[in-house]
Amino acid sequence: MNEVGTDKAVVVENLERRFGSFVAVNRISFEVAKGEIFGFLGPNGAGKSTTIRMLTGILAPSSGTGSVAGFDVRTEAEKIKAHIGYMSQKFSLYEDLTVEENIDFYSGIYRLLPEKKQERKEWVIEMAGLREHRHSRTAILSGGWKQRLALGCAILHEPPIIFLDEPTSGVDPISRRQFWDLIYELAGRGVTVFVTTHYMDEAEYCDRIALIYRGELIALGTPATLKTELMQEEVLEVLSERPQDAMDGIAALAGVKEVALFGRGLHVVAEDGESVAEGIREHLTKKGFAVERVEKIVPSLEDVFVSLIEARDRAEQAQQAVQA
Amino acid sequence: MKLRRVRAIARKEFIHIFRDPRSLGMAIAIPMLLLMLYGYALTLDVDNVPLVVWDQSASQASREFISRFDGSRYFSVRGYVRTYREVEEAIDSAQALVALVIPRGFAGRIESGRPASVQLIVDGSDSNTATLAVTYADAVALAYSQQVAVGQIQRHGNRVPRAPLEFRPRVWFNADMESRNYIIPGLIAVIMMVIAAMLTSLTVAREWERGTMEQLISTPVKGRELILGKLIPYFSIGLFDVLLAVLMGEFVFRVPLRGSVALLFTCAAIFLAGAMSLGLLISIVTKSQLLANQLAMVMTFVPALLLSGFVFAIANMPKPLQLITYLIPARYFVALLKGIYLKGVGLEILAGEAALLTLFGAAMVLLANITFKKKLV
Repeated sequence: MNEVGTDKAVVVENLERRFGSFVAVNRISFEVAKGEIFGFLGPNGAGKSTTIRMLTGILAPSSGTGSVAGFDVRTEAEKIKAHIGYMSQKFSLYEDLTVEENIDFYSGIYRLLPEKKQERKEWVIEMAGLREHRHSRTAILSGGWKQRLALGCAILHEPPIIFLDEPTSGVDPISRRQFWDLIYELAGRGVTVFVTTHYMDEAEYCDRIALIYRGELIALGTPATLKTELMQEEVLEVLSERPQDAMDGIAALAGVKEVALFGRGLHVVAEDGESVAEGIREHLTKKGFAVERVEKIVPSLEDVFVSLIEARDRAEQAQQAVQA
Repeated sequence: MKLRRVRAIARKEFIHIFRDPRSLGMAIAIPMLLLMLYGYALTLDVDNVPLVVWDQSASQASREFISRFDGSRYFSVRGYVRTYREVEEAIDSAQALVALVIPRGFAGRIESGRPASVQLIVDGSDSNTATLAVTYADAVALAYSQQVAVGQIQRHGNRVPRAPLEFRPRVWFNADMESRNYIIPGLIAVIMMVIAAMLTSLTVAREWERGTMEQLISTPVKGRELILGKLIPYFSIGLFDVLLAVLMGEFVFRVPLRGSVALLFTCAAIFLAGAMSLGLLISIVTKSQLLANQLAMVMTFVPALLLSGFVFAIANMPKPLQLITYLIPARYFVALLKGIYLKGVGLEILAGEAALLTLFGAAMVLLANITFKKKLV
């Protein structure tokens, strides 16, 4: 075995993938520790799936290096495949096969021993809550069931690392919650979970998050670090009467960078929270809006990411303007 | 190569086939249907050519002459006419392909031993049938005039001289010259070529289209395990099709099978492995069911039909085309089946064809394995 650091499940350095002239993943580098839940967050088309496909050995990188479970993604893809479980974005089981037939098929592919096979099959059926549907064709199952069954089939062989590509897209909130309980359970047993998502709330469940945008890694850290350290501006929560009507007036105030509706109030992004808070109070009172509260809060991940992405876009535009 | 994986894949493919009535229909019903359709329609024999007669002589002699036509299996008299106009109409409307015109003085000339002439008008728009009809009519007329000549000699009390040359043709291998006997063995080969490639052409492409392949290639399964696992069910169905076709040849078309049944099935197995790997190869390359299906059809049907020697003898083709036929795997299978069926010969004669067929099979299996990559893009 090619030991690349015993506590690392995934190591990536300058990994790049181009499709023609389009750069889908632009020289990203990061590490994932063993037993970690690592969230890969970004909008659609940011390069999340491309990255996960390179790590699972089903897509060759254009350049850069990476290792998964100690194996090189460029030269030892087949060895990686024996040590991981992968669940692709699209439902990838056979719809004309029954629940049991799908499980049997994958236990055959992973060559589980007969006694192990039976045990794992029961485990998957229990875990996915499919006891009553074990002889049903998977085509008739609901989204949540399909997802759990797909996860079960991907981890029949109890791999130490699992890759989940948007596992909860298109699934109802309760099923999503159950799915995350499963992920925690797996992580609790020491399994490394690499999961992509575009749901902000899901990102909060991860030990660490990488934000990927237009193929580039623009932030990396624990949810807490990202929220407290990465955002230069401060966020104020404003609770007042008719927040929608109050928005425009606040946006025009000096020092306010951005105003957005959030829950039943407003989130205001400003360089200097203290002084702007005073200004907002005065402004709202003067205009006759009853003010309930104006205070500095810890930004949500969404605030952080929107701010980071906008900063990135502004920098890019400036660069283009200079080049032009 | 791990047998447990191959078994898991083969089992899954069997389930796919048996749960999808369309694929099962395509695998079993279509080959039988094609065999029935082509077996009956593709006859090159000319029987019962429709004939109209203008009997101007209306005599005993002319009636006897006509009965010679009507009594043979090659002609059937469809009607009598009395003008050239009606002859024309009968041929134009395809009511008759041939018209026989017997002149007024026919009986008198025959009686008096003078030569009589009879006119035969033939629709030449189907030149194959026309040629055969003329040949048959010639034979009928010749037999009749011999009989007349013999009768005259006997009437004059002379001994009938022996013919200076007696020609006794014997046709081997297909004594009745039934075209069905050589069409059916070739037809089995052509149909199996098309069906085999079509069946497997969908299987890999379908997995790419449905997204199940992405999951599969992320597992440790090997390409050759996947290919073997996918081939096994289709191969069994293909052999079953061959069995059905042979049984139909035996009991429906009554084609004699003179050679070794074991050799026939061995050749069929090699041929199926090759044709099915070709289908897989197409599926692997195109990754699209529609494209794969059409490509499999075009790549197998037309060459197998035209260039395999199934109907059109390869020896009669222009040289460059003859060279191309060496690339058509159906050519070897057609030759093998015809040899085994009609001549009852074995490997001592057919070794060359068998070797080339095996080469084709091995090359296709190898190519399919090399082409399949466990990568996206």
